[in-house]
Amino acid sequence: MANEHGQKWDRCLADSAVKIATGLGVGIVFSVLFFKRRTWPVAFGSGVGLGMGYSNCQQDFRSPYQLHGHRVKVSKSNTS
Amino acid sequence: MLRVCLKGANSAARKCLCGNGVPLHPLQQCRSYTSGGSGSSAGKIVAASVLTMGGGVGGTILYANWDPKFRANVEKSIPYSDQVFGLALGPAAPPPVINKPRKVEPVQISSMSEVWKDSKQPKAKEVQRKAEQPDAEGPPAPAPQETLEEASAQVAQILSAIGEVPSVPAPGTHEAEAVPPPAALKGVPAAAAKCTECEHEPAVKERPEGEVAARLAEQDKAEQDLLTSLSSNLEDALGSTAKVTLQAIGAQEAALQAIAQHTRQLREAMEAEAPPDKKSTQWRVLEDALSERSRSVDEAGAAVLKAKAELDKLRGVIDGAKHLKIAAARPSILAAEENLHSMVVDLDSVVTRVQTAQSEAKIVSQYSELVNEAKAQFQKELNSITPEIQANWKGLRKLTQDDLNSLIAHAHRRIDQLNRELAEQRVREQIHIDSALEQQKLEDKKALEVAISTALEHNREQMRLEQEKKVEETREVMEAEMRTQLRRQAAAHTDHLRDVLKVQEQELRSEAEEILNSSLMEKETEYRRLTQDQLDSFTLDMNAAYARLKGMEEAIDSHVIAEEEARKAHQLWLSVEALNYTLKTAALNDPTEPLEGAVQAIKESCAEDEFAQALATALPSESLSRGVYSEASLRARFYTIRQLARRVALIDETRNSLYQYFLSYLQAMLLFEKAQEAPPAKLSAEDLDTFKLLSYAAYSLEHGDLELAAKLVNQLKGESRRVAQDWLKEARLTLETKQVVSLLSAYANAVGLGTTMAP
Repeated sequence: MANEHGQKWDRCLADSAVKIATGLGVGIVFSVLFFKRRTWPVAFGSGVGLGMGYSNCQQDFRSPYQLHGHRVKVSKSNTS
Repeated sequence: MLRVCLKGANSAARKCLCGNGVPLHPLQQCRSYTSGGSGSSAGKIVAASVLTMGGGVGGTILYANWDPKFRANVEKSIPYSDQVFGLALGPAAPPPVINKPRKVEPVQISSMSEVWKDSKQPKAKEVQRKAEQPDAEGPPAPAPQETLEEASAQVAQILSAIGEVPSVPAPGTHEAEAVPPPAALKGVPAAAAKCTECEHEPAVKERPEGEVAARLAEQDKAEQDLLTSLSSNLEDALGSTAKVTLQAIGAQEAALQAIAQHTRQLREAMEAEAPPDKKSTQWRVLEDALSERSRSVDEAGAAVLKAKAELDKLRGVIDGAKHLKIAAARPSILAAEENLHSMVVDLDSVVTRVQTAQSEAKIVSQYSELVNEAKAQFQKELNSITPEIQANWKGLRKLTQDDLNSLIAHAHRRIDQLNRELAEQRVREQIHIDSALEQQKLEDKKALEVAISTALEHNREQMRLEQEKKVEETREVMEAEMRTQLRRQAAAHTDHLRDVLKVQEQELRSEAEEILNSSLMEKETEYRRLTQDQLDSFTLDMNAAYARLKGMEEAIDSHVIAEEEARKAHQLWLSVEALNYTLKTAALNDPTEPLEGAVQAIKESCAEDEFAQALATALPSESLSRGVYSEASLRARFYTIRQLARRVALIDETRNSLYQYFLSYLQAMLLFEKAQEAPPAKLSAEDLDTFKLLSYAAYSLEHGDLELAAKLVNQLKGESRRVAQDWLKEARLTLETKQVVSLLSAYANAVGLGTTMAP
């Protein structure tokens, strides 16, 4: 259990890095291909990557606390 | 009406309220206006309602006066209406009273006769006799029936007093009850007096047969005696009376004879013309006859008187006998009465015959007197004419012619006179005959009357005697019938007695049997109890001996067991020591060896010891399979945990975003707490802070109190708790194992101590 924290951080960071890199890459590609080498798709892509990474990281850290709700269908009984 | 008033009041109030600043006068005005305006109509309404109610009430009262049922209904339905009606109309008429006709039960003659037969006879007889005396005034013919009724009434009274037969004395079937009821009333107090005596007797006792028979015999004897005395009396009286009467009759006959003789002689003397000397003898004879006749008549008269006296005496005796009222004497009484009657009749007839003879004789004597008178007259005349020729007819031859002529003339004159007288007499004959006839008629009538009265008397007497005879006959018939009924009753009574006796016998028998059974049962239970007691004492002794034997055996066994126990304890202790040793084999960061083997050994060594078994099984499976960490390793691990927990101190369910993580990291960097802080005895709310808890736990760990440290770490919340979970689990395991092991060793020590025997 104590290691989990560390493992989470590792995962999180790795994942974020990957996402940022990917975003960056996609941004570069888009910037080159569609947006006439402007910088904003790159920033945008890396931002998207960062955001996704951040969100994933948060989700990962929140996972023990998240409640998974189930919709319970109430059946009509005679005694009610 | 009330609503109207209220409305008026409301409108007035409203107006008053509306005109708040308006002075009082218009207020009053408006009030009076409202009351006045609606007052007249309200008054009308009030008057109308009062009238209606009064009319209703008055109508109700009037109708109730007329119809009592309606009145009753109203009184029932409306509570106080009966009082109102009472005031107005007076009390209601009470319902008509129905008199139940008094039922009079007829006397149960059967039971009465039963009682008569059984035991109440002397008293009843006495009562009967007492009651009979006031009955003497009643007519003798219904007397016997009346006495029966009387007696029945008395007996019924006695019975009702005792309470056997609830009957009322019968009112009687006879009409001639006017006399007996007062007699009965007179007799009832006597009977009541007798009844009080009867009541003192406890119950109707059945007198024994012999006694009853003796009593009956006594009574019969008494009756017989009385009867014999009575009959003897009657006979004597009858005899004497008959004698006297016969005497009287004889005397009368003699008188009759004398009279007849005298008359005959007189007639003869009258008619026969005998010579004077014979005449004188005749006359003397006649005188004798006359004297004889007078004497005999006197005698006859005296005899008749005596006979009459005797007859009266006899009548008195008969009446006395009748007073005694013995049934058996009745025929003799009747016979005596008949005799009396016949004697009276004879006497009367003889007396009448004598009287007729006497009347005849009177005629003849009158005739003789007349003749004598005529003769005397003639003699006187003759004497007057011829004084010298006196008494002797003998000197008739010496008479001279003159004398003879004068005599003849006198005789002729006399003849003429007599012829004249005869003629006169013939003329007066008719008148005389008529007067004589009249006289005779009168006399005849008188005689007829007398004869009629006597005949009537005789007839009456005859009829009375006949009636009495008839009564006697019917009485005998009834007596016979009653006897048969009584016999029947007696038979029924004996049957009933037999049945009752049988039932009683049954009851008594069953009672005796019951008593016998119960006493038998008692004796049996007593016997059983004694035997049981004996058995119990014996069993007790046996049990005691057995118990002692058992005790000895048990002592020996317990010795054996104790030794066994000691061995076991020793074994246990050894195995626990092995376990302890195993626990010590923990390396710094590795757990101990699995405790399974040692636990197994323990389990084997104390196979029968439940406590040890339980404890052995209470070890957590993790410790068995994997082993536990030592305290030192846990201590070491704690510090890493502490760091981590510090870092995630802010994270919990609500705050768990990455930003919170960043903040929490910042806090951990910037917050400085004591590395070790002594935990207080009680944790307050502010002590539940993560950092404080961690420092407390560190302190307790440094001082070797793993348990407290685990407790404190358990108070962490949120993410810090989650990261410390692992460590906590390990700490728990260790603690558990240690606890169980310490228990086991303590137990083994205790057992060992317990099993060591003092030298």
